[in-house]
Amino acid sequence: MTQSERVRQHIDRGSEWTFQILEEYEHEIARIARDFRLDTYPNQIEVISAEQMMDAYASSGMPINYHHWSFGKRFMQVENSYRRGYMGLAYEIVINSNPCIAYLMEDNTSVLQAIVIAHACFGHNSFFKNNYLFRTWTDASSIIDYLVFARNFIRECEERHGVAAVEAVLDACHALMDHGVDRYKRPYPISMEEEERRQLEREEHLQRQVNDLWRTIPTATKPDDTSAVETERRFPAEPQENLLYFIEKNAPLMEPWQREILRIVRRFAQYLYPQRQTKVMNEGWATFWHYTIIQKMYQEGLVSDGFMLEFLQHHTNVIYQPPFDSPFFSGINPYTLGFAMFRDIRRICEQPTPEDREWFPELAGKDWLDAVHFAMANFKDESFILQYLSPQVIRDLKLFAVYDDSDEDVLTITDIHNQAGYQAIRQQLAALYNLGDSQPNIQVHRVNIRGDRALILRHDMHNGRPLLEEEAKEVLKHLHQLWRFDVYLESVQDGNVVASYRCPVF
Amino acid sequence: MTYLIDRRINGKHKSAVNRQRFIERHREQIREAVQRNLRSRSITDTSGGERITIPTRDTNEPVFRHGNGGILRHVLPGNRDFVPGDTIPRPRGGSGGGGSEGSPDGEGMDDFVFHISQQEFLDFLFEDMALPNLTKRQLKGVEEFKTHRAGFSTVGSPGNIDVPRSMRSALSRRIALTVAKRREMRELENELAALTESGGTAPSPRRSEIEQRIRELREAIERVSFIDDFDIRYRRYEKVPIPCAQAVMFCLMDVSGSMDQATKDLAKRFFILLYLFLSRNYDKTEVVFIRHHTSAKEVDEEEFFYSRETGGTIVSSALELMQNIIASRYPSSQWNIYGAQASDGDNWPEDGGRCLTVMSEILPALQYFAYIEITPGGDHPLWQTYKMLRPRFPDRFAMQHITGPADIYPVFHELFRKRQS
Repeated sequence: MTQSERVRQHIDRGSEWTFQILEEYEHEIARIARDFRLDTYPNQIEVISAEQMMDAYASSGMPINYHHWSFGKRFMQVENSYRRGYMGLAYEIVINSNPCIAYLMEDNTSVLQAIVIAHACFGHNSFFKNNYLFRTWTDASSIIDYLVFARNFIRECEERHGVAAVEAVLDACHALMDHGVDRYKRPYPISMEEEERRQLEREEHLQRQVNDLWRTIPTATKPDDTSAVETERRFPAEPQENLLYFIEKNAPLMEPWQREILRIVRRFAQYLYPQRQTKVMNEGWATFWHYTIIQKMYQEGLVSDGFMLEFLQHHTNVIYQPPFDSPFFSGINPYTLGFAMFRDIRRICEQPTPEDREWFPELAGKDWLDAVHFAMANFKDESFILQYLSPQVIRDLKLFAVYDDSDEDVLTITDIHNQAGYQAIRQQLAALYNLGDSQPNIQVHRVNIRGDRALILRHDMHNGRPLLEEEAKEVLKHLHQLWRFDVYLESVQDGNVVASYRCPVF
Repeated sequence: MTYLIDRRINGKHKSAVNRQRFIERHREQIREAVQRNLRSRSITDTSGGERITIPTRDTNEPVFRHGNGGILRHVLPGNRDFVPGDTIPRPRGGSGGGGSEGSPDGEGMDDFVFHISQQEFLDFLFEDMALPNLTKRQLKGVEEFKTHRAGFSTVGSPGNIDVPRSMRSALSRRIALTVAKRREMRELENELAALTESGGTAPSPRRSEIEQRIRELREAIERVSFIDDFDIRYRRYEKVPIPCAQAVMFCLMDVSGSMDQATKDLAKRFFILLYLFLSRNYDKTEVVFIRHHTSAKEVDEEEFFYSRETGGTIVSSALELMQNIIASRYPSSQWNIYGAQASDGDNWPEDGGRCLTVMSEILPALQYFAYIEITPGGDHPLWQTYKMLRPRFPDRFAMQHITGPADIYPVFHELFRKRQS
């Protein structure tokens, strides 16, 4: 093969992309991805402009969303920083839907488009389709339908009850969104028509049930011992972690449409929850595959040396981890950590050291493709790190652990990347990705059903960490607006109430 | 299967509604910011919209989150020379080494900054102001027309045929013309059916009579035309004159030696505000610049603001020139006339009476006349003169003191604030 023939084979021709080039990239990448057993939803690749990308940012990546001022705020924030050059926009946004929608920025160079196709359309896409959290918690085929339903429903509410009334409910829901997910119960997917039909049913049934709970007319039974027990009955019988769900089902004075809005926000929170639990894995997986696939394309002579140089530069930027004392440091880069870990799994399989054989006897010398697919499918960030963070990666990133007790004047270094520290660092890093720890644990403790109908929430303090007081008070106002009766919040440590808030304040 | 879609063509301004909601929600704060900005920067370049800064706490969306305190365990990358047991002083600014969670109040202190367009800026600027006596004078509606739909007519050009309407009237005509015949036909058919029932299809005189009549009726019905000339309806359009309210604004300024450049700049800002305000209320706004010392002259904008003159001050000269210009070019039946005068208050002492006379003559023709005196204080001759005018024209003559740039907007606001009618 002569030099000129080899050059003609390259897909990339200069830095500008065309739709034909995108198709060729996609074709080759799809073929290589199949060889690596990447199982994906069909792809829907959409090229969008910078402004549309900012739109997507603003509505938390959803292609369709209801109207709310906070999305406008986010849009203006992004627009302002983008226009003044404080920040660049993402090269892509990908949506967990079937077909999997990926937005590609029109400003991307030809090389970037290839990276993005490999990264989003095959990396993220296969993660959405196969990771256990996404499989159990989200339904990719119905999300777009549901978004349409939600937007139409909220628009109808605005027409019927006024923008301000709807906005008040949405504000309150957004404030409680983080506490509107089921962490342990399994949701079931529903389609749009079904959703609409059931919404009507719910409105009727729910109101009846709620009325039942709050019934004040005495029942016809004669007073005896059981009624005394009945008065003592505790409601809810067990603490409830899903605040939005609890309010939706039990708030005494809420209109049916308000309950439905609560439900919509709750469902979105639930849909987005797995993405928050798998940030490191998801980005790591996608980065690992764009790296592996493009290396393979280069080996096959599909792309030029120039392409490869530009690719490596982008790739290096993506996985750059500034050290803790750098002005650019803003936490651990999920791309870096995830990429390093997936690559390390492959390394352990292919070239295990004695240390690896000791730490990962089940991986050393096995088929690396089996190993990474298994890791991708069956873990979330917390368990993934707990299972796979190797001494090698800890050494490469020079991780160290700091103990920070607000009662002391100094911070203490507890562990570094040495034999004694690996296990501790692994555990502490994993704990940082446990959303249950990083968000305050607030549950519905009790409702005073026989008395003043007050709602009592309980915050179980983790490691003695208090709530941010001024915001907690604001959230309580929102909560009170939904519940309409007194709302209390108690911070509890070792069984003692250390702080309490109430709304309305006396 | 993969789909490649070019989405760039559709869906611009998707966030417009959300953005509008944000602005609506924070109207109060944005208006404060607009007014704050006005004090600190030049009003002259309002062309490019405005950068608005409002405190983040007002736009905050609260959630339950951890505050400072308690025990935190960070894991950080990039260790250089730490060994276990080392202690480091607590970094300032809260919860420590910038762990992966960051400190939640870290950015809470920043202001929320965004841009609003020029249109939005002016909306906020003039939000609670109104032009007094905004009676539109003669609508100068002879030049421009717009056409709009006005029902249907029976005459028109073929291009304007309204098919549904035409078909509807054709249908009703057909029904009206055939209803009696069809009724008779139906009756005859029933009778025929009854005959067939009782006596079979055997021919009889009555039978052939009925059949003959049915044939005639059917032909008569068919002869009614499907569509006729007078069924046709045309869309009717009507020409409506577009009301074109126009205003002229007279800027009068003293350019005698006592007016320095700083004073003129203050005057300029005031004039610009007035111009922006007028041009929002009228389709067409013309500006006439008159400067004066002992004699008055109509000049262009550049000369008005920047050329220097010396000498005494005779205000009536400018007022007389204004009167002449109104008489010759801006008949008050067709124009809404506004006057704004800026001065340091000096005037030739003997000129006061003449000023009063001229003003009394022109004020009835004006919509509004605002006089601003740019002085540190004290009553100057012109102020004294004009004070006598105020009781006679309370609704169209106003005067205010300005001492520095910070006063301009409040004074302007006061002059044009919405009055309860």
